[in-house]
Amino acid sequence: MSEEKGALTVPQEEQALAPRQSRVKAFFIKFLGRKTAVVAACFIILLVIIAFLAPVLQPFDPATPDYDAILSPPNAKHLFGTDEYGRDILSRLLAGSRLSLSVSLSSVTLGAGLGAVLGILAGYYGGWLDSLIMRTADVLLAFPDILLAIAIVAVIGPGLSNVIIAVAVFSIPSFARIMRSSTLTVKQSLYVEAARSIGATNRSIMWKHIFPGTVASIIVNFTMRIGTAILAAASLSFLGFGAKPTEPDWGAMLSTGRNYLGVAPHIVYFSGGIIFLTVLAFNLLGDGLRDTLDPKIQ
Amino acid sequence: MAEVLLEVNHLRTEFKKRKGKVTAIDDVSFHIDKGEIVGLVGESGCGKSVTSLSIMRLLRDTPGEITNGTVLLGGKNLLELSDKEMHAFQGKQMAMIFQEPMTSLNPVMRVKEQIVEAIRLHLDMDQAQALKHTEKMLTQVGIPDVQQVMNSYPHQLSGGMSQRVMIAMAMSCYPELLIADEPTTALDVTIQAQILDLMRELNQKNGMSILLITHDLGVVAEMCSRVIVMYAGRIVEQADVETLFAHPRNPYTQGLLASLPRLGQHVDMLPSIPGTVPDLANMPAGCKFAPRCKYAMDICTKEEPKLVDMEKPGCKCRCWLVEQQMKEEGKA
Amino acid sequence: MSEPLVVVKDLVKTFVSSKGLLSPKRYVHAVTDVSFTIHPKETFALVGESGCGKSTTGRLVTRLLHPDAGQVIFDGTDITNYTVNQMRPLRSNMQMVFQDPYGSLNPRIKIEDLVAEPLKIHTNLSAEERRKVVYELLEVVGLRTEHADRYPHEFSGGQRQRIGIARALSVRPKLIVADEPVSALDVSIQAQVLNLLKELQQKYELTYLFISHDLSVVEMIADKIGVMYLGKLVESAPKEELYSNPLHPYTKALLSAVPIPDPTHKRNRIILKGDLPSPVYPPSGCMFHTRCPNCTEQCKVEKPALREVSKDHFVACPYV
Repeated sequence: MSEEKGALTVPQEEQALAPRQSRVKAFFIKFLGRKTAVVAACFIILLVIIAFLAPVLQPFDPATPDYDAILSPPNAKHLFGTDEYGRDILSRLLAGSRLSLSVSLSSVTLGAGLGAVLGILAGYYGGWLDSLIMRTADVLLAFPDILLAIAIVAVIGPGLSNVIIAVAVFSIPSFARIMRSSTLTVKQSLYVEAARSIGATNRSIMWKHIFPGTVASIIVNFTMRIGTAILAAASLSFLGFGAKPTEPDWGAMLSTGRNYLGVAPHIVYFSGGIIFLTVLAFNLLGDGLRDTLDPKIQ
Repeated sequence: MAEVLLEVNHLRTEFKKRKGKVTAIDDVSFHIDKGEIVGLVGESGCGKSVTSLSIMRLLRDTPGEITNGTVLLGGKNLLELSDKEMHAFQGKQMAMIFQEPMTSLNPVMRVKEQIVEAIRLHLDMDQAQALKHTEKMLTQVGIPDVQQVMNSYPHQLSGGMSQRVMIAMAMSCYPELLIADEPTTALDVTIQAQILDLMRELNQKNGMSILLITHDLGVVAEMCSRVIVMYAGRIVEQADVETLFAHPRNPYTQGLLASLPRLGQHVDMLPSIPGTVPDLANMPAGCKFAPRCKYAMDICTKEEPKLVDMEKPGCKCRCWLVEQQMKEEGKA
Repeated sequence: MSEPLVVVKDLVKTFVSSKGLLSPKRYVHAVTDVSFTIHPKETFALVGESGCGKSTTGRLVTRLLHPDAGQVIFDGTDITNYTVNQMRPLRSNMQMVFQDPYGSLNPRIKIEDLVAEPLKIHTNLSAEERRKVVYELLEVVGLRTEHADRYPHEFSGGQRQRIGIARALSVRPKLIVADEPVSALDVSIQAQVLNLLKELQQKYELTYLFISHDLSVVEMIADKIGVMYLGKLVESAPKEELYSNPLHPYTKALLSAVPIPDPTHKRNRIILKGDLPSPVYPPSGCMFHTRCPNCTEQCKVEKPALREVSKDHFVACPYV
C-alpha cells in the first residue's frame, strides 16, 4: 500500500474532536450520582475487607467453645453475645463472611460462565440448538430455586463444594436467558452485519462483537444473583445440607439459633441481620449498576 | 404591509447538563406575517427544533428552559401565559406537526378518536359534529378512503398517509400558525411532493401561516417566501428566498448552498465546508462559524457579530466581514 | 471493453414472514428478476424509494443474503451458491460501507482495531505492519493517526463514515458496495464524504455499487444508474442519458419530485397518486400501474420486460 502513499487533494477536514473522557470515568461519574447504590457498594467493599482480615479482626477463635458463657446476651466481653457452646458470635460472623462470600461468588461465577456460553450459542445459532438449550433452561426455571438446589444436593450429597455446584446449576438458566436475549438484540445490529461483510468468522463475531455488548446485563444479573446465592447457601446450611455445624456459616448459625429463639434471640437477630443486609446490599448495587450501564438513563 | 402574526424577540433557551448549562439557542429574533410560509433551515444541532419547541412551549419534559426573550402571537406574549391559557393556544391558534408521524400518533387509538378528541378540546362541538368535522378535514387533506382511514389504527397507515392524518389533526381547529418540523424528512420523494403540495394548497386556501423547519434547501426554495438560516443556535442570515439563493451574504450560507449536489449540475467535486458543527458545550468564543470559515479575521474569533440589517429591507446577516463591506460601501 | 466485474442475472429474493403459528405465511417480494452489469472502475448506482429492494440487491451481490433464483458472477466466478466459508476469502475483494455510521461501528472497539479487523482476517501482516497500514489509511480518509486509539462514540457522523470507508479500503477491495453512505449526514458533511469517495475511486481504481434514494447525490457520483421500483429494475442507463432522457414514467416522476434549491426554477411536477403498494401483495402486470399516469388495460395484466431502446438504455415499459 505504501506506493500510493501521499496526501489526497481532499483537505484534512473534520479533525476537531471533543476533549477526551474515558468510559471508566464517565461510568464512575454516573454511578456516584446514585446514592443508595454507592452506600451498598461501600458496604460490600467493607464486607470483602472484613472477610480478608477476619483472622486478625476476630476477638475470639470462632470454633473454641467457652462453657462458662453459654448463650450469654451481648455484653462488654462478647459484643454480639455467644451461642449455645459459648462461642463468640461476632467472631463467628466475621469468619462466616469468608465462607458465605466465597461460596456465593464461586457458585455465581460458575453459573454465569456456563449460562453465558449456552445463552450466546443459543441466541447466535438459533434453530434446534436454541430450542434444546432454552427448553432445558425453562424446565430448570420452573422449579423454585431452593427446591432445585435441595434436589441437586440430595443427589450429589451434602458438603460445601456440592452446595456451590447446586447453586451454580440453578443460576445457569437465568444467565442463559439474559445472554440469549441480549445476543438476539446485538445480533440484529448493523455492526454485526458489517463484521460479517468483512468476512469475520462466527467465533470472532460472537466473542469480539456480540459478547462485549452483553457484558452490562451479565454484570447486573451477577450482582443480583449473588444475593440469591448467599440466601440459597444459607438456606441449605440452615437445612443441614451445607457447612458442618462447627464451621461458622451464617445460614447454619441462623438454623441452630432458631432452637434458642426464646432464651437467646440475639443469635438469630445478628446472623439473620447480616444475611439480610448483605443480600439487600447486593440487590441495591445491582439496581444501581443496571441504571448506570443503561445508556438510555441519564 | 402584511400583518405580523408571530414575533420572536431575543429568544434564548438553555439546557441543564450535569456540568452547568449549555445555551442551545440565543438571540433568536424573527417574525412571520399572516399567510406567509417561512423556512427555518440549518444542519442537525443548529437549534432549529429547539426554536420551534420553545415557541410552542413544549420544553417541559426536557431539561430545557427559556431564559430570555418574548414570543408574541397576535400581540400576546406566549411565555407569560399560564399553562392553562397556553393549552388553549396550542392546537387552536397554533399547531405543530413532527418528522415522525408514526410516533406522534397514539398507537392504541383509532384515527377518528384522536382527531375527535383534539377537536372537542378546542371547539364547542358534540361527538357527532366532531366526527363530521373529522371527515371533512380528512377529505380536505386528500385522503381517498376517508371512512377506512378513520377506523384504522396508526400502524395500519403508510408514512405519507399518517403525515396527512397529522396535518388534518393540526388543521382541524383552523390554527393561524402551523409549525412543521421536518414534515417530509421521513418520507420518500414522491410522497414528499404530495405532502408539500398539500401544505402549499392549505396555505393558499386558508391563509394559514407556516413555519417550515427543514434541512433541505430544495424544499425551502420551493415552499417559502422568506428563509431564516441558523447555525450553532444563532440566526446567521435572514432574507427573502430569491435573495438568499441568488446572493447569500453569510459565508456559512454560501458554503451550504455550494455544497449541495444539484440535478443537472454535472460537477466532479463539490465544494465543501471543512470541519464539523461545534459542540454546544464547547462553543468558540467569537463567531460560532469562525473555526470553519475561510474568511475568518481576528475579530471573528474574539467577538460575536450581531444580526444587522442589510441594504435590502427584511434582509439580515450576522457576520463581521459583511458588516465591514457594508461600511466601506457606505463610505464610497 | 473490459471484462465486467459484477454480473447479476435475473436475481430473485423473497422473504418469508409469518405473524404466528396459525396465520398463513406471507411472502415479501423484495427483489424480482433484477439484472445488471458493472465494469471495473465504474460506479453503478441503484436508485429508488424505501422498500424498492435496492439494499437487498446490494446484500445479494455481496452474498450476505442468498438469492432464491438467478446468478451473481463476481470477477468471472459464479458465487451464487457459495457457502459462507467459500465466500470468506472472497470478501477481501468486496467490502461494504453502510448507511448508518452510528450503527455500523462496534461502539466497544477502538478505531485502530476496527480498521485493522479486515487485515487480520485476510492477510498475514504482523501487528506492527497492520498498525502502519491503519495509520496510512486514517490519513488517506482525512483523519489523524492520534484518532486510532479512540472509540467510535467520540467521533461525529461524518468522521465515522470516514472510519467506515477506511475499514472497507484496508484490504484493497475491487468492489465497494456503498449502501446509502451519505444519507444520514448533514449537507456540508455529505459533500465531504462524496468528494472522498470519488477521489478514492480514482486513486485505488475502485468499482462502486452505490445505493441511494437521492437522485441529486447519484448524479454526482454514478456512471450508470438503475432505477428500482417494488423489487424490479424499471430503467437503467448511463447517467447523462438517464437524466436528459428519462423514459419510464416512474423515473420521470422521481426526477420531477426532487426539490431543486433554486426558487426561480419553474417545474412541471408530476405528482404521483397514492402510496407505494405493499411488496407482500405486489400489483399484477406492471408493478407501477397503480400509480402510473399513462396506465392502460394492458399494463394491468402484462408484465413488461426490460428492453434496450438505445445503446445501454434499458426500459421496462412498452409505451416508450
